[in-house]
Amino acid sequence: MKKLLSLQSKYFSQLLDLGALKKLSILILIVAFTFTLSLSIGDSFISPLKVISILVGNGPAFDTLVVQEFRMPRIIVALFAGMGLAVAGAILQGIIRNPLASPDVIGISTGAGATVVAFLAIFSDANSSLTVSVEWLPVAAFIGALITALLVYSLSWTDGVTATRLVMIGVGISAFMQAVSTVLMLIGPIYQASKANVWITGSVNSATWQQAKIVIPVITCLFIITLLVTRHLNLQQFGDDVATSLGQGVQKMRFALLLLCTALVGCAVSFAGTIGFVGLMAPHIARRLVGSSFGSLIPVAACIGGILVVLADTICRSLFGSVEVPAGVFTAAIGAPYFIYLLIKMQKR
Amino acid sequence: MISNVLKTPLLFFGFIIMIIGIVLSVTYGYANTNLHTTWEAFFHFNNSNEHLIILEHRLPRALIATFVGASLAIAGALLQTMTRNPLASPGILGINAGAGLFVVLAMSILQITNLLSFTFISFLGAAVSALCILAISSIGHGGMTPLNLTLAGTALGAMFYSITQGILVINEAQLDEVLFWLAGSVQGRDLHMLWIVLPFLLVGWLVTAFMVKQLNLLSLGEDVAKGLGLNIIRTKFIIVLIVVLLAGGSVAIAGPIGFIGLIIPHIARKMIGTEHQWFIPLSAILGAILLLFADIGARYIIMPQEVPVGVMTAFIGTPIFVFIARKGFKKG
Repeated sequence: MKKLLSLQSKYFSQLLDLGALKKLSILILIVAFTFTLSLSIGDSFISPLKVISILVGNGPAFDTLVVQEFRMPRIIVALFAGMGLAVAGAILQGIIRNPLASPDVIGISTGAGATVVAFLAIFSDANSSLTVSVEWLPVAAFIGALITALLVYSLSWTDGVTATRLVMIGVGISAFMQAVSTVLMLIGPIYQASKANVWITGSVNSATWQQAKIVIPVITCLFIITLLVTRHLNLQQFGDDVATSLGQGVQKMRFALLLLCTALVGCAVSFAGTIGFVGLMAPHIARRLVGSSFGSLIPVAACIGGILVVLADTICRSLFGSVEVPAGVFTAAIGAPYFIYLLIKMQKR
Repeated sequence: MISNVLKTPLLFFGFIIMIIGIVLSVTYGYANTNLHTTWEAFFHFNNSNEHLIILEHRLPRALIATFVGASLAIAGALLQTMTRNPLASPGILGINAGAGLFVVLAMSILQITNLLSFTFISFLGAAVSALCILAISSIGHGGMTPLNLTLAGTALGAMFYSITQGILVINEAQLDEVLFWLAGSVQGRDLHMLWIVLPFLLVGWLVTAFMVKQLNLLSLGEDVAKGLGLNIIRTKFIIVLIVVLLAGGSVAIAGPIGFIGLIIPHIARKMIGTEHQWFIPLSAILGAILLLFADIGARYIIMPQEVPVGVMTAFIGTPIFVFIARKGFKKG
């Protein structure tokens, strides 16, 4: 029997699984470790101990500059984008009730991608700098993600939505959005095309503190909201009939959860690009660790997503010498085989 | 579906439309020409700019669109018969993306510019990804469910795609040139390119013609086909070989053009039924028609610039795909 701790109030009730809590705290330690390691690796290696002393506030001036101004923002953006994508993936798998659904597969990421390319194309001036504040970028990405999600959802609707139809139509719409991005890149200037290309593949290369300061509060808020609605997610997993009989407005709640998922993807994608397969892998690994109750699944998945993207980014910027490979290449290279392995396993059962 | 008497006229009618498509494709575009100029260019060539454009630029383009469209449609039809999956196609299953990745690899890392080696590399890429998909799809009795096969193909395609993007990011200089090719385009290729690939496409078509009986058997289901004496493994192997020839050859000339292999077989099947001796030729003709007209459209949308024709087929193909997916999965 699992050891459970019950938290209850008038508006909120949550069972805390103590075993999962232990695993979660270990994972948080791993996150902290990866974070420090990633801060110390780069063109010039700074030992992790030195990094810690810099973080505390006393280190050599030059190293402090490297760590705090150059490396820190991108790692923070990577961490939070990974968390966002992982949580979004977990929510989506919950509402579609198919462990293979992810924001990439059903086209939400591609849709957000297309709007960001459009945003860059419309609001760039002759010097390739933006004419409006970069703070509007996540809004654009969110709108794109939302439109795509609504489009896919409504097109797959006939008496409710089945997982098969949702995935199929998602694949089609995703191809469509990719075509839109290509057109926008081709009619835009060359410089911008290469910039957009890096971004589409998924990279935190150009992250700044300005971006980090937007990404932290937004993802944190959405994450907390997700934690508050985990019990609805748990209900959704039982299927429409059970959820209805337990008093949930199933389609309404599904829509609300889809909105939440869209917001997470939009925010992550707007700063880190369409880093693929994180939303798929992280919830799966998390489910292996703590089971499928969303109360513990969501935070664990978030940690794993963060670790994945930070690691991918660290490897991609340090392993290949002077060239920086976008982190999305790495996550796709390990994510796709993992995905196919999952498929084969499901098929055999 | 129509009665047997009307099937030959239908094919003939399709063929006429295809010819009209070729004529239109040769005649209309940015440079202002009309049917009369085209006639003159072919029979009273006088070295004027218009005549040169028609013969050197538009004619290759029209012929390439015809052959590539037909080949992709046949490849899609074969894949759908083989996997018994309505959504199988070289695009969805990642075969185009695999060929694309290998070509980009060859361009940027091996610095290959020779056209013939390009073609072979494209075949190699198509073969590798086709074998991956074949291996994955044959797991479990009776093969994968359509959903899982689609997902596996999409995942494989996404992996190839993002590795391709990664290579392009490293070699930014090539991006603009390759991007257009990657989106799929029949523009700016000369006839020489077609002559290199054409033998492979023709071999693919010819073998398909000889495989009609086996294909009809295979579409009854593997167990029945086996019971009627069909060597399943050999048949599937030959089909994959044809698909590699057709899809690889098409990608080598025109880049990965999506959706033709997916939607055309459905339309053809609706019109003429599932017997392969009718269904395959009609698919080929319809595929050529779609690509020809998509290419003509691609010239006019953002004139004077051109949209890659792969983008056009995506715009035309997505609604039809959504329609097929909605219809096909209403039951479950």
